[in-house]
Amino acid sequence: MDILINILAMTVPFSVALLLASLGEMFNQRAGVFNLGCEGVMAIGAFIGMLIPFMIGGGGQVPLYWNVVGLVVASLVGAIFGLFFGVVCVSFRAPQGIAGIGLQMFGVGIAGTLFRHFVGGTQSIPGLPSAPIPFLSKIPVLGEILFSHNIMVYLSFLFVPVAYYILFKTSWGLKVRAVGTHPRAADSMGINVNRTRYEALMVGGALAGLAGAYLSICQAKMFSDELIAGRGFIAVALVYFGHWNPVQIMLGALLFSLTQTIQYNVQGLGLSLPYEFFVMLPYVVVVIVLSFTSRNQRTAPTALGKSFNREIRT
Amino acid sequence: MNNNFKLLYKLSIIIIAILATLIISSAILLVLGANVPKTFYTICIMPLTKMGHLTEVLIRAIPLCVIALGVSIAYRSGIINIGAEGQMAIGVLSFTAIALSFPELPKPILLPFALLMSVLGGALWGFIPGILKAKLNVSELLSTVMLNYIAAQFYSFCLRIVMLDPAEKVNGSGTPQSMRLTSNIELTRLAGRLHTGIFIALVLAVLVYLLMWKTTYGFKMRASGAQSRAARYGGINVTWYVIFSMILSGAFAGLAGGMEIAGVHRRAIEGVTNNYGFSAVVVALFGGLHPAGIVPASFFFALLIYGATLAPRAVNVPANIVQVMQGLIIIVIVTTQMVLSNAYLEDKVYRMIVKNKKEVK
Repeated sequence: MDILINILAMTVPFSVALLLASLGEMFNQRAGVFNLGCEGVMAIGAFIGMLIPFMIGGGGQVPLYWNVVGLVVASLVGAIFGLFFGVVCVSFRAPQGIAGIGLQMFGVGIAGTLFRHFVGGTQSIPGLPSAPIPFLSKIPVLGEILFSHNIMVYLSFLFVPVAYYILFKTSWGLKVRAVGTHPRAADSMGINVNRTRYEALMVGGALAGLAGAYLSICQAKMFSDELIAGRGFIAVALVYFGHWNPVQIMLGALLFSLTQTIQYNVQGLGLSLPYEFFVMLPYVVVVIVLSFTSRNQRTAPTALGKSFNREIRT
Repeated sequence: MNNNFKLLYKLSIIIIAILATLIISSAILLVLGANVPKTFYTICIMPLTKMGHLTEVLIRAIPLCVIALGVSIAYRSGIINIGAEGQMAIGVLSFTAIALSFPELPKPILLPFALLMSVLGGALWGFIPGILKAKLNVSELLSTVMLNYIAAQFYSFCLRIVMLDPAEKVNGSGTPQSMRLTSNIELTRLAGRLHTGIFIALVLAVLVYLLMWKTTYGFKMRASGAQSRAARYGGINVTWYVIFSMILSGAFAGLAGGMEIAGVHRRAIEGVTNNYGFSAVVVALFGGLHPAGIVPASFFFALLIYGATLAPRAVNVPANIVQVMQGLIIIVIVTTQMVLSNAYLEDKVYRMIVKNKKEVK
């Protein structure tokens, strides 16, 4: 029982990076842009997020607000990368899949290069302390699983209904869904398709950068080349799994996070398989899940992956 | 619109693209506080100055060329294979498994047999995303990346436990690597570490050209990639050609893995794939998805990859800079292609220039 609580208590904070990146990717895809560069943007975010507290404190204790600055700057840099991807895929209308791979290599490469230059080896930072919610964290079992994490965990899960509200109840959300579903109709209604796509890409980039910074500041409390480990790609897969809906994406993020946390509790569970099999588990689950969910792609934004050119008749 | 203008227009766009790449790379180098001209010299020119460097460049060009040929086949058939990294790792494992199991077989049998197994291993790993794409419409971009991670973990498991060098167990150092393979499985070396695999790569380039442009099979594959719906109406079994192109693509990556062990490392070690799988995507695009372009492109990128390994010592720039440049080059290539094929933009620029001229008169 203890081990089960342990696993579940890890699952919740570990799902945050996937959740944030995935919600960002959801905004991109709802606007019709398939951004495979999520992994690269997360790498940059993770590096920037770690660099700021590290530079200020030299690896020692830093005032809390420098961690916040790290998170904010990481999301700003992420937004700039989203903007860059917009220039390539929205303005120049480059094919999104291959351009995304380019962005991923570019981002991971820059993060690795700057990390080696400014930090050098593995350096830990104090990171964000956990902040149990008074009273609520005292509830047996549930308190430990849900209410004794750092502040970012609560904020991220609160963001799920906010994202739902933005996407389905605001006029901006309607615009995003319109340009991702039928850009030509949206255009004739006076919506600036490219501008909306740019905005969605910047929101998505900011969330991906924030997700990366969460990994380095709040979860691992350090940066390394293997920190992201395909979470950016899993986040893209989660959007398919979650049918482009924030609530289902949250459930998906928790599920994948569960498969990831099992590898840290292998010994407690008394499993004797080599640890590699547990590390590969989430990736195997992604492939299986994709195989079963790709059939019902009717829910996908219809203009997903298609660039819009208002000067060409189709 | 005259032809002179068209040529000039295309040329100037390509020059702008090259300049953009150089400017962005230079900006990153400036952030690192590096000497920009000296860094470019170290990466692009220094490896050419010594014979020892040149052979090292060539051994990196071999896997790049072979994998990029496979990637280009898949790309032409409408599927982007970024899983070459995993397919190569499986190729290495299959090759090593055969080499360790039958060390006493004579070389003319053992070497082709082991290479064939590496081909089959890679083909199997390429077949999985191929069939998922064709039958279940799973995005190959995601499935190949996931299979990369799965292969990497499986590779690490095999090296650490199944194929671990007995000597490592005795010494207790526990470096995850296989035993040194027997000499009857080695590809002959020509100079330095340069091995005969270079001829295999060149022959494959010719074969890929013949397959894709001189046979109906290749035509059908390219048709499935260019216009899959039209191809289907034309009676081409698109599903099969998608799967087949992924099998071929994986087979090439697997072969590259086998040759890398037989020619260069001679034992399965960690990090043998060395990001070749991703670099090969850049090579394939840079080479215009045509063997005649891929061969020089693979040499050029091998130069960058090897040059970048010299950079940390020579100019204090981390070797990861090559990954930055590769990512940048992909983005610039796809963007440039779109601009070049945009006839409307060309027309607009032309009219703008002509109008200006008239005003001057």
